[in-house]
Amino acid sequence: MSIDKETVKKIASLSRIAITEAEADAFVPELNQILGWVEQLGEVDCSKVEPMTAVIPNKLRLREDVVTDGEIRDKILANAPIAEHGFFAVPKVIE
Amino acid sequence: MVKMTESTYRIQGGTGEWEVVIGLEVHAQITSKSKLFSGASTEFGAEPNTQVSLVDAAMPGMLPTLNGECVRQAVRTGLAINAQINKYSRFDRKNCFYADLPQGYQISQLYHPIVGEGVIQISLDEKDPDAHGKAIGVERIHIEQDAGKLMHDQHPTMSYVDLNRCGVALMEIVSKPDMTSPKEAAAYVRKLRSILRYVGSCDGNMEQGSMRADVNVSVRKPGGELGTRTETKNVNSMRFIQAVIEYEAQRQVDLIEDGGEVVQETRLFDPDRNETRSMRSKEDAHDYRYFPDPDLLPLELEDDFIFDCKASLPELPDEKRARYKNVLGLSAYNAAVLTAEHETALWFEELLETTDKPEEIASSAANWVTSELFGALNRLGLGIENSPVSPAQAAELLGLIADGTISGKIAKQVFEIMLETGDGARKIVEEQGLKQESDTGAIEKVIAEVMAANEDKVAQYRDGKDKLFGFFVGQTMKAMQGKANPQVVNELLKKTLG
Amino acid sequence: MTAIFEMGIAGIRSGIADGDFTAKEVAETFIARVSAAKPLNAFLVETPEHALAAAEATDKAKAAGETLGKMAGVPIGMKDLFCTQGVETTAASGILKGFVPQYESTVSSNLFQAGAGMLGKLNLDQFAMGSSNETSAFGNVISPWRRNDGGNSDLTPGGSSGGSAAVVSGRIAPAATGTDTGGSIRQPAAFTGITGFKPTYGRCSRWGTIAFASSLDQAGPMAHDVRDCAIMLGSMAGFDAKDSTSLDLPVPDWEAALSSNLAGKKIGIPKEYRVENMPAEIDALWEKGIEMLKDAGATIVDVSLPHTKYALPAYYIIAPAEASSNLSRYDGVRYGLRDLPDGAGLQDMYAATREAGFGPEVKRRIMIGTYVLSAGYYDAYYTQAQKVRTLISQDFDKAWNSCDLLLTPTAPSAAFGLGEKMDDPLAMYLNDVFTVPSSLAGLPAMSVPAGIDGKGLPLGLQIIGKALDEQSVFNAGLAIEERAGFVAKPEQWW
Ligand SMILES: [Mg+2]
Ligand SMILES: [Zn+2]
Repeated sequence: MSIDKETVKKIASLSRIAITEAEADAFVPELNQILGWVEQLGEVDCSKVEPMTAVIPNKLRLREDVVTDGEIRDKILANAPIAEHGFFAVPKVIE
Repeated sequence: MVKMTESTYRIQGGTGEWEVVIGLEVHAQITSKSKLFSGASTEFGAEPNTQVSLVDAAMPGMLPTLNGECVRQAVRTGLAINAQINKYSRFDRKNCFYADLPQGYQISQLYHPIVGEGVIQISLDEKDPDAHGKAIGVERIHIEQDAGKLMHDQHPTMSYVDLNRCGVALMEIVSKPDMTSPKEAAAYVRKLRSILRYVGSCDGNMEQGSMRADVNVSVRKPGGELGTRTETKNVNSMRFIQAVIEYEAQRQVDLIEDGGEVVQETRLFDPDRNETRSMRSKEDAHDYRYFPDPDLLPLELEDDFIFDCKASLPELPDEKRARYKNVLGLSAYNAAVLTAEHETALWFEELLETTDKPEEIASSAANWVTSELFGALNRLGLGIENSPVSPAQAAELLGLIADGTISGKIAKQVFEIMLETGDGARKIVEEQGLKQESDTGAIEKVIAEVMAANEDKVAQYRDGKDKLFGFFVGQTMKAMQGKANPQVVNELLKKTLG
Repeated sequence: MTAIFEMGIAGIRSGIADGDFTAKEVAETFIARVSAAKPLNAFLVETPEHALAAAEATDKAKAAGETLGKMAGVPIGMKDLFCTQGVETTAASGILKGFVPQYESTVSSNLFQAGAGMLGKLNLDQFAMGSSNETSAFGNVISPWRRNDGGNSDLTPGGSSGGSAAVVSGRIAPAATGTDTGGSIRQPAAFTGITGFKPTYGRCSRWGTIAFASSLDQAGPMAHDVRDCAIMLGSMAGFDAKDSTSLDLPVPDWEAALSSNLAGKKIGIPKEYRVENMPAEIDALWEKGIEMLKDAGATIVDVSLPHTKYALPAYYIIAPAEASSNLSRYDGVRYGLRDLPDGAGLQDMYAATREAGFGPEVKRRIMIGTYVLSAGYYDAYYTQAQKVRTLISQDFDKAWNSCDLLLTPTAPSAAFGLGEKMDDPLAMYLNDVFTVPSSLAGLPAMSVPAGIDGKGLPLGLQIIGKALDEQSVFNAGLAIEERAGFVAKPEQWW
């Protein structure tokens, strides 16, 4: 599965990383080299194998339903590039 | 027994009739104190960003921990619709960049949902639900996080982000495309809401966003192949759901008949213009890059857990309705109306429980609740949970009618006073002397007076003018200020007039 | 007496206990070492006040006759992947520049509870993605080591925990925290002649540690020797309800149970680790290691881990896939960098911010991760990789039928020069060929220094143990340490 420049641009867009034409050109051989290499996994017969889920056998614990958090707005907003009136602010979103 | 009803809802197009196929994905907020993966509160209406934990704000290094109550409520909901409970489920990440989604992904369940296939019985006839029932399949129920909120109208060039709702637990209840009319869709949502409220897994409050639906609509020639569907997101009222279906069905028919093609896409409903439009902001919608969330392990449920969930379920609307009809002998209509809302059923049952012979008064009590009580509550703008008259007080009132202490007519008067004063029926009847007179001697005496004062009419009656009987009843009751037992009056008049 | 700056955790602990010196003297010694070590570019932030405050608390507790914590009076370096309350934490990325956490990671908090102080935040490969510390947005870390060929070329300390390796090997800090996703503790430890330990996945809480690949990330100690690692891991590890993958198990007293007597232990030598083009010196070191373990009483057995060759490609699907999602939160909305070009909308802001904030290797991995998860490719790449991961894990399980531990080299070479491999991502990825399989299986593993190559650079051996059997790994490490007599140290040129 070789990828072309259009695919690179699509991946960059899905990843929300702006790239220039030149960068897109550069990514094509680089990603193809890496993807070509990982594709050797296709050799392994995994027809009877389950994908790994828990690395070390362990059970998902259930938390008790109690309010233990919140009321820390100052901490939540402390690092915000822009915070106003208790909100984070972003460029106007038009639906 | 439920009979399948053929839908007759059709769009009349230039090329003939079209059928509509509808599937609903209902997002129901799970009733819980804290969020799905954090300890922040879920309370509605707090100051912006005050019910946000470091986890909800997706601070670097923050990790989710699963709220057991949300799991329990999803399982109970699944059991309530006789669905398959999956003892093994997983949480997946649905990747998507949006300002109200701090992690850059929503934790949801795609590959292994907690609840599998189930079924919901709907009815299209409130008066006789069994006569026009239909079974709507539920594909699955999965648990996921809600997003935050964006405000667009508080600043000229910026949108504001409030993360209070972010991470609140939702159940997504996905129906099969089994509905074929706006009315069916509304009946499905109404029934689902009723079940959720019985179970207690969601408050069903559509205004506060506790329940909203993604509406999937496609059209086809009757019996033909399924058409391409559109998904209109986040529709938050029963009326809007119907409007979306009507609009989308018509739009799609027009589009196809004009030689166009329906595009599978995400749309938005604009209630002001009563139309749907394409949502371009969701252009990545087909590539969410779902994969199992590596911060969470598979969720494995023990048999005991599921058993306890099952044991904790109340009697559900369908069973209850059947029992009201078959055991209590209520009319189909009363049984349906009294069981539609859990609060109503609980109120009614509490009333029955405070009397000695629940079976005997069930029918009259049902009539009284659906007419007198509902009428009064309607007038006062109150829900049954806030009724000024308690079930015990109502039982007392109904007891006075049943034992002949007061007439149905006087009862209405007593009930009004109860609503105003909060006093008990017996007290009112005694204090205001509203007790019904059944003593034959007293009534005979009054009848004799009435006959003496209207000798001409007695003669006419005896000559065959039967219609005058009502006149004598009226005169007698009037003379006794309405307190005479009407049955006794009737009997005595018949005997005396001959 | 050994100079304070030459001491590790155990030495400092007993010196303070015996009254040879105060914790304050220890802190001041290392603070001075830190300030003199600027040419190594190992620290992103220095926090002398934190180290001093912890030292004062230790001295006060000692004066009051209180029991001291296991790390009391030990000033450590903190890899800048651990969020530290009130102290800038960036993961060496421009996208987190200026980010000051309002919380303390569980691991750093546990260490502070045990009495440790913090000298500062250590440089690393950006978001722990790299094996040479050359992907940091704040410059390379330069290894204290130099080749004995008279050339002064700058060497890599390894990565991603390169700052940690540099300061411990340069005696600038007695110990440092590291994190290991595919070898990020073990490879830099091997490159710098120190000891590094990656515990069983789930031993150390991941809460408050900036995520790279959630199913692989584990914190661990980087220190002078095996004993120090045992002490420090004992203070870092422990159940944490805030991390769903945390193991709800008591933390054994690894230090107390240290023993280099390996009688009855079987050590497996996996034949698949004899890779092509492996330098003869590495092979020879491995043979030496085998002899040392035999000498300690262990039996050596040959084992096979047939899927070893697929570990690296599987890792380079799984880790980028998880990373692409884990790093989505860096979007310029709530913290860190925001790049808002004129007239840009929200989605443009995301793309500009992430373009400006992430370095090339991070972008490369996000792109790979996005691709392998995208529609139509998920099963071929991601699902297949997770299946291969199952097979790799099963390989280890089968090996445990015939042995208790595995011995392998830690890395396929000694430290290389900065800049030597940066143009070839694949060649760089091959650095982790021996460390990645045990990461995929979540197993405890450590690197101990065991020899030096012809150019005078350290080489490490890796010991891999069964899940939860950190003790056996420590013990075998100790057996090698006692026999290797590794005393080489970098000369101080900075
Ligand atoms: Mg939907
Ligand atoms: Zn959903």
